[in-house]
Amino acid sequence: MGLEEKTGNMGVVTTTLETVVNWSRTNSMWPLLFGLACCAIEMMGAQASNYDLSRFGMELNRASPRQSDLMIVAGRVSRKMAPVLRQLYDQMPDPKWVLAMGDCASCGGVFNNYAIVQGVDEVVPVDVYVSGCPPRPEGLIHGILTLHEKVKKEKITHWA
Amino acid sequence: MTNIREVTVDELRHLVSDRAMTGETMLLNMGPQHPSTHGVLRLLLELDGEIVVNCIPDIGFLHTGVEKNMEAKTYQKAEVMTDRLDYMNSVGNNLVYCLAVEKLVGLDVPVRAQVLRVILTELQRISSHLLWLGTSCLDLAAMSVFLYAMREREMILGVMEMISGQRMMTTYIRPGGVWRDVPSEFVPAVQEIVNVMPGRIAEYESMLTKNMLFTERTQGIGVISAEDCARYGLSGPVIRGAGVAFDLRKARPYSGYEQYDFEVPTYDTGDIFGRYMVRMEEMRQSVRIVRQALSRLPAGPVLSDNRKFVPPPRSEIGVSMEALIHHFKLWTEGFNAPRESVFATTESPRGILGVFLEGDGGPKPYRVHYVTPSFVNLQSMPLLTRQHFVADVVGIIGSIDIVLGDADR
Repeated sequence: MGLEEKTGNMGVVTTTLETVVNWSRTNSMWPLLFGLACCAIEMMGAQASNYDLSRFGMELNRASPRQSDLMIVAGRVSRKMAPVLRQLYDQMPDPKWVLAMGDCASCGGVFNNYAIVQGVDEVVPVDVYVSGCPPRPEGLIHGILTLHEKVKKEKITHWA
Repeated sequence: MTNIREVTVDELRHLVSDRAMTGETMLLNMGPQHPSTHGVLRLLLELDGEIVVNCIPDIGFLHTGVEKNMEAKTYQKAEVMTDRLDYMNSVGNNLVYCLAVEKLVGLDVPVRAQVLRVILTELQRISSHLLWLGTSCLDLAAMSVFLYAMREREMILGVMEMISGQRMMTTYIRPGGVWRDVPSEFVPAVQEIVNVMPGRIAEYESMLTKNMLFTERTQGIGVISAEDCARYGLSGPVIRGAGVAFDLRKARPYSGYEQYDFEVPTYDTGDIFGRYMVRMEEMRQSVRIVRQALSRLPAGPVLSDNRKFVPPPRSEIGVSMEALIHHFKLWTEGFNAPRESVFATTESPRGILGVFLEGDGGPKPYRVHYVTPSFVNLQSMPLLTRQHFVADVVGIIGSIDIVLGDADR
């Protein structure tokens, strides 16, 4: 006369805590709604109708860093913007990941000059670099899936 | 490097009224990371309750030093940097730069290349307006328009990719013409866009123009008069939305725009809704121009045959010693331009886009300066937002259609 009778035999699934947590993290990773330059347009393209990033559970872009897991640095980071970027990163709760989208965010790209930070990894730790100027939406999606692969391999001992 | 930093609120206090000092009004920081500032714009708002008393834009978060970088490159190679200024109008940036270089060294452009330039800049105008439509409606909480607009934008990006291999940063327009001839699929693909677009524009309008949720947020908001437009030196859809029928394609035609039959749409309200109506009509006019251009696309060369400035095609290099020398010289040293300064202007989707180019007799520009519509139009923010609600500020930013890459350079 309990729940068991209503649901029938559901069987048992055995897994590890690691797998469950990593699976849930990858399948609802919320990016920070944060665009800088040209790459932000392609990032919007990736979220729009043709490429539809929500297939990967990522349609929710949070405008607040407090609610987001992934920072996609889409575009060139100027010296004036770098402290702001770092502040946004510090405001994000753990666990958090950073994806450097495009050549400018990865290494400065064509702008080797006084104004642009030569790679956003000077400011924040980067997990995945996506090349291209700007990368195609497919390129961004590939970068995100690569990040998912990385997250799935995280160990319980690293969480602390 | 160490002295480039963010301006704190305290340092901007001299720009706000005395009431802010006594605490009667409140200072609110908006941006640079804000979903509705269309890039990294920072606004310092002085608020009386929820009413904006003053609005101080703080720009430079995307300052890229493009102009300085261009001084270190030859005329051909510097063009690659121009795409990334106003990334919604990369073809138009190439065009205005090439017009300036052509003016500086006296290059002629073949007719076919001119027609191709017109087709591409008009397609780019449509794609820029589509993205504006999507994002600014997103700011007004209309999500679906964004998805529809991006669907059509992908068709245009597909054409850009077809001709140049790149979706956004094409660098397809080169000094003396265009990079190479278009593939045979180009004309059918553009024809498809031309056929589809009028119906799609009507679809957007059916969702917005008479929608009360949209009109309540746009009509009577961010009003600017024609006189104020002139005082601030604004251009583009902002002034046409205020009833000024000024378009450089008509007033000072370039690339053969005088041969096309099109109208300059205007709307006399000067508010967000007026700018919206103008841009929708501009997309229709762009479709009209592309249709005419397709029908008159002549056969012939697409690049000038002036070998002192334009590299020879690959087929010539194998058989002609002179062509090989030209190829080598143009791609290593570049061409020398006279010690003169020129100014070229075009009508970008945002307004008057000009480039000032000064040669010093060598292969690299002495000074390049872009006069950009976003920078000029952004000045009107304090005027447009005065006495409006905070919620309307996002709509107003969207309506002047700024691209921060264009404003900060």
